[in-house]
Amino acid sequence: MSDTQKKRIVITGMGIVSPIGHDIETAWQAMLSGKSGVAPTTIFDASTMPTQFSAEVKNFDLSRFIQNTDKHAQGNRGSQFVVAATAQACKQAKIDTETTTPTDSIDRTRLGVYLGAGEGSVDNDVFFKALAQAWNPEERTMDWATWAKVAFGQMTPSHELEQEPNMPASHVAMLTGARGPTRSCLTACAASTQAVGEAMSILRSGDADVMIAGGAHSMIHPLGVMGFNRLTALSTRNESPETASRPFSGSRDGFVIGEGAAALILETLESAQKRGVTILGELVGYGSTADAFRVTDMHDEARGAIAALQAALQDAKIDKEDIDYINAHGTSTLENDSIETLAVKGVFGPDAGSTPVSSVKGTMGHLIGAAGAAELISCVMALRDNTIPPTMNLHDPDPILDLDYVPNAPRQADLNIIINESFGFGGQNNVVILKRFEA
Amino acid sequence: MTSPRVVITGVGAISPLGLTAQDLWDGLINGRSGIGHITAFDPAGFACQLAGQVPEYKLRNHIPKSSRKAAKLMSRDIQLCVIAANEALRHAEFNTPGMENDNPITLNPTRTAVILGAGLISCDLEELAPAVAASLKNGQFDLQQWGLEGIQHVTPLWLLKYLPNMLACHISLIHDIQGPSNTITCAEASGHLAVIEATQIIQRGCADAALCGGTEAKVNPIVLARQSLINRATSQSNHAPDQACRPFDTNATGSVFGEGAGLLVLESLDKAQTRQAPILAEIVGFGQSNCLNTPYENLEADGMGVQIALSKAIEKAGLSPDQIDLIIPHGTGVPRDDTAENAALSAIFGDSLGKIPVLPTKSMLSNTGTAAGALDLITAVKVIQEARIPAAINCTDKAPNCHLAICSEQLEKPIRHVLSCSYSYGGQTTAVILKTPLGKTQ
Repeated sequence: MSDTQKKRIVITGMGIVSPIGHDIETAWQAMLSGKSGVAPTTIFDASTMPTQFSAEVKNFDLSRFIQNTDKHAQGNRGSQFVVAATAQACKQAKIDTETTTPTDSIDRTRLGVYLGAGEGSVDNDVFFKALAQAWNPEERTMDWATWAKVAFGQMTPSHELEQEPNMPASHVAMLTGARGPTRSCLTACAASTQAVGEAMSILRSGDADVMIAGGAHSMIHPLGVMGFNRLTALSTRNESPETASRPFSGSRDGFVIGEGAAALILETLESAQKRGVTILGELVGYGSTADAFRVTDMHDEARGAIAALQAALQDAKIDKEDIDYINAHGTSTLENDSIETLAVKGVFGPDAGSTPVSSVKGTMGHLIGAAGAAELISCVMALRDNTIPPTMNLHDPDPILDLDYVPNAPRQADLNIIINESFGFGGQNNVVILKRFEA
Repeated sequence: MTSPRVVITGVGAISPLGLTAQDLWDGLINGRSGIGHITAFDPAGFACQLAGQVPEYKLRNHIPKSSRKAAKLMSRDIQLCVIAANEALRHAEFNTPGMENDNPITLNPTRTAVILGAGLISCDLEELAPAVAASLKNGQFDLQQWGLEGIQHVTPLWLLKYLPNMLACHISLIHDIQGPSNTITCAEASGHLAVIEATQIIQRGCADAALCGGTEAKVNPIVLARQSLINRATSQSNHAPDQACRPFDTNATGSVFGEGAGLLVLESLDKAQTRQAPILAEIVGFGQSNCLNTPYENLEADGMGVQIALSKAIEKAGLSPDQIDLIIPHGTGVPRDDTAENAALSAIFGDSLGKIPVLPTKSMLSNTGTAAGALDLITAVKVIQEARIPAAINCTDKAPNCHLAICSEQLEKPIRHVLSCSYSYGGQTTAVILKTPLGKTQ
């Protein structure tokens, strides 16, 4: 397909369920004011874990978002969050939900879903009980008959089904009646940016008119926190959870695990204009690459991240000089923030310092698979208000990180084109570019 | 608008029928079942004690010396994927750094994609058990003990063995593939979805070649327990493994789960011709949709989601139903789902359906989850190459109202197009159509 024929893809609706708010406006104001969503973990007893805090979604009530919760009440946390986020996004984009006879003029076979979504938590009580009872410590063997007795006797079928990572997308389809192209991906912390990029690509290909794109994830559970703690990826600043997520700071010591969901309605310009819905922004570029370097580390010269940035710029046919702001992955780990800085410098060269770069993870925490889509929403809001959300908790800059990270206070700026970056374990790099919509 | 044509130039398969794509084909053509009693663990307390297990292999023989350290981080899913990827790239006559020879590298790192279907990788329970055992207080698992003591017994890099995208990560590392990379996690629809996405990536010019397909190792106690709990696994055939999985048969009682990897190398026709690569088949149609059903784990009775995927695929390929020479259905052996898939195929193909041979493969291969759709596409490639359709097994008494012309005996005939169907428990549905390559038939 030649570039001149690329369909234009716009954003017409957004929704979020996050540690800093269950609607777009609340979450956005928290990002600007620096109101933290991080606190001691309550989902499980983490009081003896190396990391005892997290960015939880608190006081979530699905019935505030949809009429009939029957079909979704058994969903895992991520599924329920993304149903609520999708309901918000559809309302804004004037897409009917919870009906078999929609009147929004969207052909349901051309309404698709693409999520970057995580697995649900195991059924912790039964999972650990079965293991504890079946393990023979003397012989170091499992008695599978004992394990099976506990498992089959106490596991619930719906909980087992709802652990599958495709289930959030299934719930979104059920809510909206979507019968178009539907996929779900899980490329670690880069997943939902990838979902947005691939959804945009599906729209450009002509296989759909409208896509619900986004992410959903919750890993705040005993196995998830253990896994990240063993990797020493999490902050252990237990004495000060609210300031633990401090991207690009000299004293950063790891990311803060969060949870949530974000949904965006992507639509061909033609469809959006035909339906007469408000256009919030245009998606113009997408790049995806792999580091192919190490299982455990990002490429030490940011090779994959640079390539993803360049691919997205090329896709958008935009010069790097025209980028007004970069919404960083900025996780607050030693490695990510250093390598990400290298990547920006690698692409923007000596002028890198003149492009503002910020991470909203200081307030929101790291939503893992859902992070990229949630952060893309912050980019759309930044466009709306011509305001760059700050990097919070950045009081002691890392001397070797010398970009303009917009520390601690929001900044007014004329914003037209914004880059959103996401990187994941295993060397996944995804970048999308957002542009202010002009007819 | 003309998109590049996308062709298949290499396949690799590791399955219950053997360690290579040729083993897969030999097994199918001889009507051999890869389903047997579970040996990976003692399944005595399990309702279903059967699985499709991959024969023994030595990982060392399938990975380069430089990857031996990384091999410690390879869960079984990753191992199977690495083995099949190696075969597929060699079959496509690509040389990569992972092949450890002095020949020039012919796979362009930045112009190659890796798009894989992967499952919810379930952890090795025996690996985790000592950590749980160290977390007991008064004989009960205790979260505070878990934090204080238990987690110290888990290897530091534990999580990296079980992230679904680690399959793609290891393959990218071994073969130096740096282009677009994705991991699709839509259960049994994933293999197809990965092939569809890889096709689209090549069509939009973001890669010249792609390694795609699916891998899953479902012979794990928790995975099998899950399938039994949601009533998808048969519990009535432990005495007769090779007859246990009976898609579309009156006596079907559920599916049998297994493990495997199916990997395909896709390329733009142009690039494949330029390097004079073997062209095995062309991808000419694909469609996707959803079933909207509760309970989520079953299809709607009319298989509407499957119908939409089928009609989109046929429309994209620009075919009429009578141009399809073989249908490989998803056919799990779960009676309710087989009935719905039959309804969908009947609705789309109408009277033509009775004339098109149908080959369910799970009776022999078992249900290999995210690998299933990819293994079926590899079967389709072999059918096209060999101009032969294997006979189905275990459909001796066709279910009432089943209109499918299940292959009762082996057929030899030129094949123009093969349609493969796939769907997930959860609802995602897909169909892919392969066409015989240029110069063959037609």
